[in-house]
Amino acid sequence: MHPFLHRWPALLASLLALSAVPAHAAVRVFACEPEWGALAQELGGKLVDVAVATNAMQDPHQIQAKPSLIARARNADLVACTGAELEIGWLPVLLQQSGNAKVQPGQPGNFAAADFVRKLEVPTQLDRSQGDVHAAGNPHIQTDPRNIALVATALAARLAQIDPANSAQYAKNEAEFARRWQQAIARWNAQAAPLRGIAVVSQHKAFVYLYDWLGLKEVAVLEPKPGVEPSPSHLQSVLATLKSTPAKMVLHAAYQDAKPSEWLAGNAGIAVVKLPFTVGGSDAAKDLFGLFDDTVARLLAGAAKP
Amino acid sequence: MLKLLGAAVAVALTLPVPALADSAEEIAAIRREMEAMRAAYEARLQALERRLQSAEAATAGAAQTAASAASPSPAAAAAVPAPVAAPAPASLAPPATAAGAGATAFNPSISLILSGLYTHTSRDPALYGIGGFPLPPGSEIGPGTRGFSLAESELGFAASIDPWLRGAANIAIGADNSVSVEEAYVQTTSLGGGLSLKAGRFFSGIGYLNPQHAHTWDFVDSPLAYQAMLGTQYGDDGVQVRWLPPIDQFVELGVEVGRGRSFPGSDTSRNGTGMFALTAHVGGDIGESHSWRAGVSMLDAKASDQALVGFDPAGVSVAQSFSGRTRVWVADAVWKWAPNGNATRTNFKLQGEYLQGTRSGDLVYDVGGADLASTYRVRQSGWYVQGVYQFMPRWRLGARAEQLDSGTPDYGINTGLIPVQSERPRKGSLMLDFSPSEFSRVRLQLARDRARGGFTDTQWFLQYQMSLGAHGAHTY
Repeated sequence: MHPFLHRWPALLASLLALSAVPAHAAVRVFACEPEWGALAQELGGKLVDVAVATNAMQDPHQIQAKPSLIARARNADLVACTGAELEIGWLPVLLQQSGNAKVQPGQPGNFAAADFVRKLEVPTQLDRSQGDVHAAGNPHIQTDPRNIALVATALAARLAQIDPANSAQYAKNEAEFARRWQQAIARWNAQAAPLRGIAVVSQHKAFVYLYDWLGLKEVAVLEPKPGVEPSPSHLQSVLATLKSTPAKMVLHAAYQDAKPSEWLAGNAGIAVVKLPFTVGGSDAAKDLFGLFDDTVARLLAGAAKP
Repeated sequence: MLKLLGAAVAVALTLPVPALADSAEEIAAIRREMEAMRAAYEARLQALERRLQSAEAATAGAAQTAASAASPSPAAAAAVPAPVAAPAPASLAPPATAAGAGATAFNPSISLILSGLYTHTSRDPALYGIGGFPLPPGSEIGPGTRGFSLAESELGFAASIDPWLRGAANIAIGADNSVSVEEAYVQTTSLGGGLSLKAGRFFSGIGYLNPQHAHTWDFVDSPLAYQAMLGTQYGDDGVQVRWLPPIDQFVELGVEVGRGRSFPGSDTSRNGTGMFALTAHVGGDIGESHSWRAGVSMLDAKASDQALVGFDPAGVSVAQSFSGRTRVWVADAVWKWAPNGNATRTNFKLQGEYLQGTRSGDLVYDVGGADLASTYRVRQSGWYVQGVYQFMPRWRLGARAEQLDSGTPDYGINTGLIPVQSERPRKGSLMLDFSPSEFSRVRLQLARDRARGGFTDTQWFLQYQMSLGAHGAHTY
């Protein structure tokens, strides 16, 4: 026998040992959106290595399965995304091309935040004549901090499942985060009390959970149908609507083109409010706490304008 | 470091005694499972507690706001939506997403692409040929037919087969009522380690444009280089293995073997394989706004008694028959720009490919006429560069330039007996398209085509492309 063949078990063992090393390193989290990246960081601390696929200036519907994302998904232990078909245009092909068995749908490494909250605007009629509707309901769940709390619980449990050796630490982190988060929600509730019942216009149906939380009333939407760019004729009809049902302000997300909102604000004489929408959407929205601090502050500022 | 050593030793120790390893591993696995269960239940309990707390807080808060807001009319107070109770989670376990019930719930997702054309050309498309590139009769080259025509309708099915495999099929229905299987493959989802295996009929992963379906092209037609050297788009029956190494830089390596059933190969009754291909791609980002991918691929296909139609220097068509092998190298690159990576408003895409093919073997020239048998070797090449700019939402403008070099065939000792024809076909295209939504697109394209001899063909196309049903995610 060739001398090399006698050594193969030792070689194999050392190879296995080498390949086993990353398993003891940080859990590699691939977050589709900044809010889930920030949440994973809160819950995992030093135990996780978070890569975020998109930034707050990008439309999460319209991402491409670009090479850098495929490479990151290939090495991920956990893919944390919104779900509810928000990423349907890019995530499936990303996961297929990644060749990573751990993060395929149905595996513990595939986490969809929207699975853990009650979804609003679940369409009763599914037809593309209604625009780019999501069969599972409105996917922009991160605009309600109560949803963040629910997702935090589920995400901590998922991290513990993937990295059982540190399950106690995840539970501890989650308890600590939940305590701080509940305090913050109480604070935001108190601050945002004057917003209750205020009529607003949205550029995209991106804030339904925020409205549900704060009791804002959406009287019009600038996009004629979800995902369809606002047209001049539709903007005129929204302007006409505002004559009979006036609104206090028009809201758009940081990643959206501000022009339609600004046009309406100028013509209707109402305030335009740019909301961070996710972590990184404004200078103040550095983390999840900052996101809602800033959201509430901007809404209050918009409502305070004459 | 100690942990690492320990792990190494542990692994090394477990190897020779599998029985022991099994039980130890089983115990560890059970322990892990129990811990995970405990964590899950704890999390669930905490969630319930929290909901209770916030519900309590909400009732208290509601009482307060109700009291303070008592001054306006009671109707207004009633119109205010119910306050801050946390929305109830459906459950901590992900619910089943299949909306339908019973037998239909597991149906594959179905997509249908509808496409139609109006074509206006200054020369008769029936006379179309690419100078210096003999191709099999019936090749899908040139502008097709004049006037209104239905383009290929494409019916796609895709679903998971089981936890380890997924399958997809694309059936193309031609305007002439012909049905062809464009793709029908199964693909692994669970090999892990960055590996995935595909088997069946599929478009080869060579180049940039080759694996993409026609409805995702930015122009009505495929580049001349693809038409002349890859039979428009190279698809085959076979097996593909792709591997991504475990690094943060995107590197994708692929190997394919197949039957070699279509041009530049030809279908025969041989055992074994008639085609193999190697692909290598790298890619990444430059800042937030730029991304790129580049690669080199090689396709090697065998042909035997492959019927070809070429043209002699006088422009008379000549039947030929080729036996031998063709090796095509493809270098491809694509660069995309979108401000802050947000492609919704404006974006730009620049792509280019260079193809170089060598055909070597035997050729029978003028089959049925002179029947001149000869050795044959020719090196051909071609390139295209195209840019597409979305200057405002829904509107895109594109331009494409391309050129081929047919090379000078070497007929061995028969050189001089066979008329040699070397050409450099050229083409330039301009495109404007409008997409009312991401499911529909209307495109106007103008091309000046100098694919053969000194003739210039001015081609106008008006095309629609619609996507019905499940809209699969697109590749980069």
